[in-house]
Amino acid sequence: MKFGVIVFPGSNCDHDAWYAASHNFGQEARFIWHDEHALGDVDVVILPGGFSYGDYLRCGAIARFSPVMAAVRKFAADGGLVAGICNGFQILVESGLLPGALMRNAGLKFVCAPVRIAAATTNSPFTNACEAGRPLTIPVAHGEGCYYADERTLDELEAEDRIAFRYIDNPNGSLRDIAGILNAGRNVMGMMPHPERATEPLVGSTGGRVIFESLIGALTLAR
Amino acid sequence: MKARVYVSLKSTVLDAQGKTIRSALSGLGYRSVADVRQGKYFEISIEPGVSPEQARREVDTLAQDVLTNPVIETCRVEFDD
Repeated sequence: MKFGVIVFPGSNCDHDAWYAASHNFGQEARFIWHDEHALGDVDVVILPGGFSYGDYLRCGAIARFSPVMAAVRKFAADGGLVAGICNGFQILVESGLLPGALMRNAGLKFVCAPVRIAAATTNSPFTNACEAGRPLTIPVAHGEGCYYADERTLDELEAEDRIAFRYIDNPNGSLRDIAGILNAGRNVMGMMPHPERATEPLVGSTGGRVIFESLIGALTLAR
Repeated sequence: MKARVYVSLKSTVLDAQGKTIRSALSGLGYRSVADVRQGKYFEISIEPGVSPEQARREVDTLAQDVLTNPVIETCRVEFDD
């Protein structure tokens, strides 16, 4: 499988995502600079964590207009798999590829800690190897991760089984404990926790591995 | 010509920062403050020679499309001639 990791000015988890895919899962992975107009022959795109464009204006608000996002939008529209992690999730909601918004944490503090989350659905390329409800310990590191959407959108997400992950210990006040969601086509997923930082015992947790295993499994099946 | 853009959270959206500011103010003894909502303010200078109509059109569009996230915010635009 070929992983493409988008690099915006201010991305800081791009190497973590690249390292997880290439070293811990033996996949081909390459960086894609934000100025590029084409993604090349990648199978999955990761929008990594960080502070794209300094988080100026709003988190993800400027990144949404970078040239590479037009290519990501087209890739997603053609059914390509796109995963946004942390700042990547913020970029996906700002771009309108996922519904809702990510607001300042309810406690106002930047939260950098391992949290427990659980897959809320196994019906997606990002969660098919998960066991619904089984706790996964994965770190979060964000100041603006409080998921917000109006009631109608939240009801719709639940009715369509589009909540990918829920917090067991909600660290930021996210509505309905939402940690990650899917688009209607189930090929775009955004989540605030960092699975790429939890893929080997050395860094304290392997809770994120099952998400990469899901992706690789889904792509293998698709071939 | 200048434009002023005020972006504020929708009234239905919880403003955690505004609430914290309000409780700090009441802790300081400001008894007249019932509530605080925090927002953003942008001052935009228009290039000389641009017609007021074009400037208004562009600022209205950019305020809606870029400066505001319509999921959680609303905006108001004013012009100084």
